[in-house]
Amino acid sequence: MYRFITTAFALSIPLLLVLLGIEVAVAAWPALSAFKLSFLTSSRWDAVEGVFGAAPAIYGTLVSSALALVIATPLAIGVAIFLSEFAPPWLRQPVAFLVDLLAAIPSVVYGLWGIFVLVPALREYVMPFLSDRLHLGNTPFFSGPAYGPSMLAAGLILAIMVLPYISSVTREVLMAVPRSQREAALALGATRWEMIWGAVLPYARSGIVGGILLGLGRALGETMAVTMVIGNRHEISSSLFAPGYTMASLIANEFSEATNDMHLSALMAVGAVLLLVTVIVNVIARLLVWRVERQGKA
Amino acid sequence: MTEHAVAELPVANAPIPAAEPRVAVHSLDAYFGAQRVVRGATVDFNEGQVTAIIGPSGCGKSTLLRCLNRMHETVPTARVEGEVLLDGRDIYAREVNAIQVRRRIGMVFQRPTPFPTMSIRDNVVAGLRADGRKAPSRAEQDEIAVWALQRAALWDEVKDRLRDSALALSGGQQQRLCIARALATKPRVLLLDEPTASLDPLSTQKVEELVYELRGEVTIVMVTHNMQQAARVSDRTAFMLHGELVEVAPTSRLFTTPGDERTEAYITGRFG
Amino acid sequence: MSRPPRRSIRGRRARSAVMVGLTVVASILATLPLLLILGLLIQKGASSLSWDFFTAMPKPVGETGGGMANAILGTVMLIAIASSIGLPVGIGAGLYLAEHRGTKFAFLVRFLSDVLNGLPSIVVGIFAWQFLVRPVKHFSALAGGIALAAMMIPLVTRTTEEMIRLVPASLREAALALGYPRWRTSLTIVLRTALPGIVTGALVAVARIAGETAPLLFTAFGNQFWSTSVNEPISALPIQIFTYAISPYDEWHSLAWAGALVLLALVLVISLVARFATRSRFRGGHD
Repeated sequence: MYRFITTAFALSIPLLLVLLGIEVAVAAWPALSAFKLSFLTSSRWDAVEGVFGAAPAIYGTLVSSALALVIATPLAIGVAIFLSEFAPPWLRQPVAFLVDLLAAIPSVVYGLWGIFVLVPALREYVMPFLSDRLHLGNTPFFSGPAYGPSMLAAGLILAIMVLPYISSVTREVLMAVPRSQREAALALGATRWEMIWGAVLPYARSGIVGGILLGLGRALGETMAVTMVIGNRHEISSSLFAPGYTMASLIANEFSEATNDMHLSALMAVGAVLLLVTVIVNVIARLLVWRVERQGKA
Repeated sequence: MTEHAVAELPVANAPIPAAEPRVAVHSLDAYFGAQRVVRGATVDFNEGQVTAIIGPSGCGKSTLLRCLNRMHETVPTARVEGEVLLDGRDIYAREVNAIQVRRRIGMVFQRPTPFPTMSIRDNVVAGLRADGRKAPSRAEQDEIAVWALQRAALWDEVKDRLRDSALALSGGQQQRLCIARALATKPRVLLLDEPTASLDPLSTQKVEELVYELRGEVTIVMVTHNMQQAARVSDRTAFMLHGELVEVAPTSRLFTTPGDERTEAYITGRFG
Repeated sequence: MSRPPRRSIRGRRARSAVMVGLTVVASILATLPLLLILGLLIQKGASSLSWDFFTAMPKPVGETGGGMANAILGTVMLIAIASSIGLPVGIGAGLYLAEHRGTKFAFLVRFLSDVLNGLPSIVVGIFAWQFLVRPVKHFSALAGGIALAAMMIPLVTRTTEEMIRLVPASLREAALALGYPRWRTSLTIVLRTALPGIVTGALVAVARIAGETAPLLFTAFGNQFWSTSVNEPISALPIQIFTYAISPYDEWHSLAWAGALVLLALVLVISLVARFATRSRFRGGHD
């Protein structure tokens, strides 16, 4: 009896995942079969005409996540190195705690802060500074009017949100690097930084990549904060100043107002694409992190 | 160790009564997966006597012990063939329930295993509550707890703090607590798996005295890697090597005039 | 070392010092947003917070005052529903994984539970809508609670498994040798011993779902009125904050700040309790 119940509970996890996959896939099927590949490549999202192409949302998801990783990764690795190698013991716990706390803040609170602090700050100071003072306004990445809600805002807020994930995984894999590796490097006359760069980081590399991918998984699926600052527009623009859309925010915005079955199905199809992408990213990330942790134990 | 030194050890010289076997093992094989770790063991454990099982580490002595109360089979891939008769009944017979067998046979392990969430008193009576429905009343439990703690020579040390956590006790006290816990169900057989391996000399001595005192009432089987300990407390000693039961004999005889040259090699320290 | 350092020792030392300095700068930059967010939240939230916030119902646009009593109740109810499903399933699955460590099935479940944990919450939301809301054609607190439970299960499963692994195997053996049946050994000895750690894990999971919005948008949906029915749509703090934040009214914005402060306080208190109050205690006697 006991065995039966715990087995059933354990079984519920694969079942839940399978059920989730099937439900989403079935609901997405009408849209996917109607638009086929153009669902991924077309930029036309017209609920009135019943024509749906999710390219802007896919593009926005990829760009905002990439931007977030570009900003967050060096910071997160820096924090992790500081905490595992340099920080005096009395500082280690509090700083680690503060960084972990970033992960505890609800997404909607980030969004609120984004709307009322980050977006105005971008509009008033950062965007004019980038385009006028640094004369980047002529490049395709920083052109156009500074509305505020933008791909840049989404990327920045995502960077803050994924930083604690990347940094905590990196810290763990750095801790898993054996002492002998460090001592060997120091014995060769390496400076502290040379030891880290030459011995510690290469050893932990695939674990750190795993951590970055876990962060990517978070960024791809993050919904509320992005929805509140990205501007929600179905357009692909090379400029980070322009508003955009992500798959998650598209669903969040339009789902409860979906006008007809095809619209619903199209949103489900967006969900299915998002599901597929995040599952792949997560599986790769887990495998990488596991491999390093096992190495460390062996 | 020389033969001479062994002869001088204080051997339990009590005359061996013509004892009945309380536990009889017949051509027992024990496996982990495909590996046979006990090979065709046949041995009687006599009523009221202390039998020590000695042998080098990895010889299968703990596994043999764990076959006597069906603990061996709790490990994945572990398997037993052969017979173990408790009072003439095969504990491996199909209609026999392993849980019932374990309730009638007490066991104490290498390291003390007090339950950390329970008080000293609750630890002692934990075995009485193994079957939720038929537990004795609180008053009866208290009575049994006092009796078992006295029996385990621990009562004087803990009588004022029965409600404290068992983790507050020293290692030696914890081990005697585990013996009290095993005695509380009034088993006729007590299995000790290197009970002093993790204890300091003084605690070891107390446990040995306790074992010596319990003989007569309880049939004790004790695995030990310490030959002097076997010599000090046991009536009979069994020697195991590579999963095989080489020799079983009265302790004084096994240590002075062993019947098998492998036994002789072992007790004179030529290997192991 | 891949290549012999060519620079002078002084140059190498300086470079090392600069890089150490950069990691310090990174740490400051990483903690800065947190301090900014917390500071502003306390400043803006506290000024709009009043007793009414906890006891009054939302007022229509244009009227001043009003509170989020219904949303607070909703969040509590949603957490209760999610916990009553997510905790037993998660703890049971964790027990299973800890007891069947090496099997292929356990490996699969462990892996899938990590995958489930990484799924976007919005996807869980549309799944719950498709599975629970669409067939009955109305939003409900129950659907919201189940969606949150689905997010809770993998978290609770993994922490339970890890905490049970910390319980020495010798305790399980000792209980079995006393004649405890397997299930009683697991529940009264192993689970009891691991309980402080499991409680911590459960609290962490509750803290995480308490702030979730995306899975609730199309399940619990939100409700401007007082509701205690599991079959009706129900409000929740995160939903209410979202609705107010994207509205054009200043009055609602300040309520959103107050709501965010309360929500964050709730999440932080639960996390802190989990971190400090229930440290598991394995010491002495066994290792």
